[in-house]
Amino acid sequence: MLAFVVKRLVMLVVTLLVASFLVYGSLYLAPGSPIATLTGGRAPSPQVIAQLNAQYHLDDPFLVRYWHWLVAALHGDLGQSIPLHESVSTLIGQRIGVTASLVLLTSLIIVVIGVGLGIIGALSHGTIDNGVLISSTVSAAMPAFAAAVVLQFVFAVKLPWFPALGDGNGLLDSLHHLVLPALALAASSVALVTRVTRAAVREEMEREHVQTAVSRGLPRSTILRRHVLRNAAIPITTVVGLTIASLIALSAVVETAFGLNGLGSYLVQAAQNKDFAVVQGISLVLVVLFVVVNTIVDIAYALLDPRVAIGSRAQ
Amino acid sequence: MSIPVGSTLPTGAAPDEPGPGALAAPGDTRSARTRHLPRLGVGGWVSVGIIVFAVLLAIFGPLVRPYDPNQVSLSYANVGPVGGHLLGFDGAGRDLLSRLMVGARSTLLGAALVSSVAVAIGSSLAVLTAWFGGRFDTAVSSGLDVMFAFPGILLAVLAAAVFGPGLLAAGLALSMAYSPYLARVLRGAALKERAMAYIQAGEVQGFSSWWLCFRHLLPNISSLIVAQGTIFFGFAVVDLAALSFLGLGIQPPQADWGVMVSEGKTPLLQGYPLEAISAVVCIVLVVSAVSFLGEKLQERPMDVQR
Repeated sequence: MLAFVVKRLVMLVVTLLVASFLVYGSLYLAPGSPIATLTGGRAPSPQVIAQLNAQYHLDDPFLVRYWHWLVAALHGDLGQSIPLHESVSTLIGQRIGVTASLVLLTSLIIVVIGVGLGIIGALSHGTIDNGVLISSTVSAAMPAFAAAVVLQFVFAVKLPWFPALGDGNGLLDSLHHLVLPALALAASSVALVTRVTRAAVREEMEREHVQTAVSRGLPRSTILRRHVLRNAAIPITTVVGLTIASLIALSAVVETAFGLNGLGSYLVQAAQNKDFAVVQGISLVLVVLFVVVNTIVDIAYALLDPRVAIGSRAQ
Repeated sequence: MSIPVGSTLPTGAAPDEPGPGALAAPGDTRSARTRHLPRLGVGGWVSVGIIVFAVLLAIFGPLVRPYDPNQVSLSYANVGPVGGHLLGFDGAGRDLLSRLMVGARSTLLGAALVSSVAVAIGSSLAVLTAWFGGRFDTAVSSGLDVMFAFPGILLAVLAAAVFGPGLLAAGLALSMAYSPYLARVLRGAALKERAMAYIQAGEVQGFSSWWLCFRHLLPNISSLIVAQGTIFFGFAVVDLAALSFLGLGIQPPQADWGVMVSEGKTPLLQGYPLEAISAVVCIVLVVSAVSFLGEKLQERPMDVQR
């Protein structure tokens, strides 16, 4: 088990190194000089050019520059946004809260509704089960931006229950502003989690040890809790974890749709304005979060199911 | 868009249950010509119908559209359906139905290009790694593992920032992001095929690797390639539309379903939902049809006739 965890952590570090290299190197793929890309086509004064040359070590070889950037990034310095004259880390710090609460709320919805509906669907037959299947099929086909538009129209324009745009002030108001975005972001993921949960619980219910417990007359709730859900938890945790990881990048769409001032919508604005330091900084943060969550899922999977670690050793 | 790595969604059916097209059942009345095709069922045929309609729209839509999709007449802004204009007008007074018909082309063509490039890269990588194995396989596979660190949307946003917004940069980035997933799924199938006796027989007889790969191995995993290509076509429609929605894909005023959702957002908040909702309905219909069909095709076991 320890060997498995160490192996995953080494992979994590290597992946992050390569990913950061790609994020950094992409700047140099841009047509034109790095200075032009960094300043987004505005004509910079000679002082600015000299400052940028020094700051980005543009006179050094590429690998040396990358090394400087990486070391600075590890110290929390992601450079300066040229148009805004502000440090990228500060800009990220102001916005990461919105994205984090959006992803957290969405994860909560996915876990509660997705797993709940899945269990209900698996345990019932006929109308209820069909209802679960149909509703999950419909919401699976709803891309985040489509769900956003539909929810905005129904619950903000037609029924003015929720605000259509903006962040809100204070805890309760912010939460009120996050409900629709979180539902939009959750729509297709809830469907996936529901279907995986339903299939996993169904499969466990038919296992011999569960049938034995039923025939011995154990209470239904005990069987469900101690025998079915524990085993079904393995695929469910995996799909929930991977889904939550995918939310991190997808939040950009929902934040833009609802005018939330989070990391994702800011990344999109920065990409449109060619504010490259910000694009690099946010991409790096998002990739790190994505990879770290994926690694946690892998390790959690191995903890829940020791066969995984054993299997990987056998390879 | 999240991409389930295992690719088929579990539906609660027992895992060993053969798919609808698994074996020609004794009472199968279908002719020998059609028997190897998967049974689609009602849902499958509805999906095929939707896809055929969408493809016809993409080919002929720009020719048979009733009005000029870019003809702005501000006095008609957000006017609902009136004589001859079945869906009314958008926020700039352009005929909505015409824009939907013209928009089908860029939406579907873009997704087709993205998924074909991804399938080409993914299947070549899969066949090559399965064929040569060893260190080459290890190197390529760990390279692909790193690519999994980039969600498709993020890679596309990065590409749009570097090369400017537009279909080309975003599309190429999405192809890059999809190909590792395709390569991983197809590699498994290619490995299985590689171990088959007929391939070994071919090797013993001295056929070249290229010949065996492209004449024998690739055709034998083609049904999986088609199924996966269909599924990723659906992902590409969604992701390209999302990028156009973000303003990083196809640029307005070009008529495109994703652009229409984005342009229709402001009228929607003012109480004129027709543009955004009609584009959303088109996208959701096509995507559901494509992903349903992809899963149906996937159900077909690969080694029926052997």
